[in-house]
Amino acid sequence: MRWKLYFALILSIVSPTVAFAAEEEVVNVYSARHYDTDDELIQRFTAETGIKVNLIEGNSDTLLARIKQEGDLSPADVFITVDAGRLRTAEERGVFQPTRSKVLEARIPASLRHPEGLWFGLTKRARVIVASKDRVPADLTLDYEDLTDPEWKGRVLIRSSSNIYNQSLVASLIEAHGASGAEAWCRGIVANVARTPQGGDRDQIRAVAAGEGDVAVVNHYYLARMIGGNEADRAAAGKVRVIFPNQGDRGTHVNVCGAGIVKQAPNRENAVKFIEFLAGTPAQQRFAEGNQEYPVVEAVPTSSTLAGFGPFKADELNAAKLGSNNKQAVRMMDRAGWR
Amino acid sequence: MNLRTGEGGRGWVIGSLLACLVVAVPVLVIFSSVFRSSDGEWNHLAETLLPTYASNTGLLAGGVCLVAGIVGVSTAWILTNCRFRGARMLGWAQLLPLSVPAYLSAYAMADLLQFSGPVQGWIRDSFDLQAGDYWFPPIRSLGGAVYVLSFALYPYVYFAARMAFQEQARSMLEAGRLLGRGPFATFWFVALPLARPAIVGGLMLVMMETVADFGAVDHLAVDTFATGIYRTRFALESPVAASQLSAMLLSALFLLVGLEWCLRRRRRYHRTGNRGSRTAGGRLGPVASMFAFAACFVPVLIGFVVPTGRLLQLAIARGDARGGGVLAGIAFDTIWLALAASVIAVLLALVIGYAARLRRGLRTAGPATIARAGYAIPGPVIALGLLVPLGWIDHRINDGWTIAFGDDWRPGLLLTGSVVAMLIGYQTRFLAVSLSFVQSGFQRIHRNIDDAARTLGSGPGRSLVSIHLPLLRRSLLIAGLVVFVDVAKELPMTLMLRPFNFDTLAVRVYELASDERLEEAATAAILIVVIGLIPAWLLVGQLESNDDSHRNTDG
Repeated sequence: MRWKLYFALILSIVSPTVAFAAEEEVVNVYSARHYDTDDELIQRFTAETGIKVNLIEGNSDTLLARIKQEGDLSPADVFITVDAGRLRTAEERGVFQPTRSKVLEARIPASLRHPEGLWFGLTKRARVIVASKDRVPADLTLDYEDLTDPEWKGRVLIRSSSNIYNQSLVASLIEAHGASGAEAWCRGIVANVARTPQGGDRDQIRAVAAGEGDVAVVNHYYLARMIGGNEADRAAAGKVRVIFPNQGDRGTHVNVCGAGIVKQAPNRENAVKFIEFLAGTPAQQRFAEGNQEYPVVEAVPTSSTLAGFGPFKADELNAAKLGSNNKQAVRMMDRAGWR
Repeated sequence: MNLRTGEGGRGWVIGSLLACLVVAVPVLVIFSSVFRSSDGEWNHLAETLLPTYASNTGLLAGGVCLVAGIVGVSTAWILTNCRFRGARMLGWAQLLPLSVPAYLSAYAMADLLQFSGPVQGWIRDSFDLQAGDYWFPPIRSLGGAVYVLSFALYPYVYFAARMAFQEQARSMLEAGRLLGRGPFATFWFVALPLARPAIVGGLMLVMMETVADFGAVDHLAVDTFATGIYRTRFALESPVAASQLSAMLLSALFLLVGLEWCLRRRRRYHRTGNRGSRTAGGRLGPVASMFAFAACFVPVLIGFVVPTGRLLQLAIARGDARGGGVLAGIAFDTIWLALAASVIAVLLALVIGYAARLRRGLRTAGPATIARAGYAIPGPVIALGLLVPLGWIDHRINDGWTIAFGDDWRPGLLLTGSVVAMLIGYQTRFLAVSLSFVQSGFQRIHRNIDDAARTLGSGPGRSLVSIHLPLLRRSLLIAGLVVFVDVAKELPMTLMLRPFNFDTLAVRVYELASDERLEEAATAAILIVVIGLIPAWLLVGQLESNDDSHRNTDG
């Protein structure tokens, strides 16, 4: 029996989560969010429930690939992704299991969760247009479609097509205009960009402020965080304003960050508790105040910065369409030469 | 009686064959994908991005080799043969850029030189310019990537060239001068051809590092094979097409490795009879000194002073918001992971190196060659090639466990869910590094010593422990330290293979930087640079002792 002891010893060295799983209450989370505010939430969850949170952070696609690769041995209990399309992809790949939770069903609006409880939305993010105060008229409204107009040649800033927010935006355009219309839009964007798509969303805002381009397509919270950021960021944010596109028709493209319980989750009950905690008031307030996202729980107010952006009409979220159109969107952007 | 081909050492040969599996298995997995169907993804790639990946990778590797080659060789030549104020200091300063991983240099340079950065902002403010009024080379471009990578990697060429120049007999150069050649012609027709194998070896390292780079090109908006493989695997969800891309890249790399290997074989022939007395060149005049100083200082400025200066400034101004406690934990994880990986890498290299010493032939030279090729494989490719077989083993272990002990508890993912997968992945890539140091250490021990030990009745194992190991101590230490640092700064593989609650400094930097929080990433970045200074310092010692040993023969 001695070899068994050695084996257990090796186990406990190489694989802490496995060895301790039996003794301690844990929940294993694969998260595509990486914000320091989330760390505080996790500590709070552990303090309240005594459940330890094991975390792997990564981008949505690599984590999803990892869960699939690990198969029925995956330790993952909860998968959190920052994109509705990826929630749908995970759903299609059979990664999630259905969950009934009175708490979650009461707090999260039906449009922001899967009808059978495969996944639950946690926060909303609007893909807005940021415009220079100096070089774009103050009363001008813009739609995504306007950005391909020759008038904007050399003035548009947007990041790479590898970015999932752009992929979902194009997926939503496929829904609105069909494949050929969306592909024409991609080509129009490529023709109008001020520079090769590069950097992140904050980079686009900084570039508008510095005058490298006049309008940028970004997620709203990057601007909101810059408004509350350091001196240089505040100065840059002061030179731009936010435009919610497509207010006259389908509404601004809104994405959702959401979580689901993984099919073979070894700690299913803890996973439910964890997601319920994230939909709870303190967590939702943290998402709103700390990270400047729109909370999914209607009773939780948005931050004062976001209140300053004003109300807007959101494109009705259709995660299923975003998910199934995603691959088509990526190929389309490749063909259009969108880096 | 020929002791070297005797009966002993079979265990070492088997061990050597097993050790090289860490490289052979992922490569075989990658190549096995070539004949599988990618459901049209390959055609899509061929029509859209493949030409971009190929031309960017080729131009980048070519450009970096050219610039790093010129910079590395010229600084090495000047510092070996000219005497001027500050030359000694500049001699070791050339190795400082090694402590800054290319991706950190890319972050810092992009931050400084991009349109909204301080440099261009200053230009616009000072001359009252707007966008479009002036031209400034874009840092996020192929040219920018060549610039950043060249100055991050040129020390490899410098080091190889400097060692070679130091070993060149003064008499050869003097013969050149006496036969009527000027100093430049002597350099071009005598010194350079003699040092060529070493320089090509250095350039080979530069090329492999360039092709394997993920973080820098990703940040500088240049799509290469390394980023393309990652994107194909994840955004297009096509592991097969990603493996096919990898196979294509590996074929090209192995071809180059093969060519270099042929050159290396000739190098031994070149070196015979080259050793001789060596004196430093003449002292330069004031103007020439100034030029020499500038030529040797500017590369250090671009490769080390500017990027670390910027990171340091950011770290002090803002720094990591998570604070020291978390960062200390991450640093601790990084250090023990790198330590474990380097110990394993040295042990495996010792097995392969010793087997090759005990017995000549394909069975021992083969593993050594395979292990050396591992350095050419980019991190994401290794991760792709390892996850499949390791995942398979994991599942078989659990199946076996269930049959033996029932399924109320299962061991779970022992390999892919723990640091084991990472530790194996690091061997795939960095075994080559430790092996090259260990093998050159073995070469310095005369074979007569082995024969004497065997004649006196000590077997291969005992000879290794009591004779070779003490003599190899320094080589092993350097091998371990270089691997240690390579692991500490490794990014793409760590990103894909790390288990729960496990971050390295490199991952922390990448996450913050890709969330555009460079000010916060700077703290961890500076820690990586500090760790990276260790091997730079060690190589300095190597250069100086090399220099001394050749000067002392002047007599």
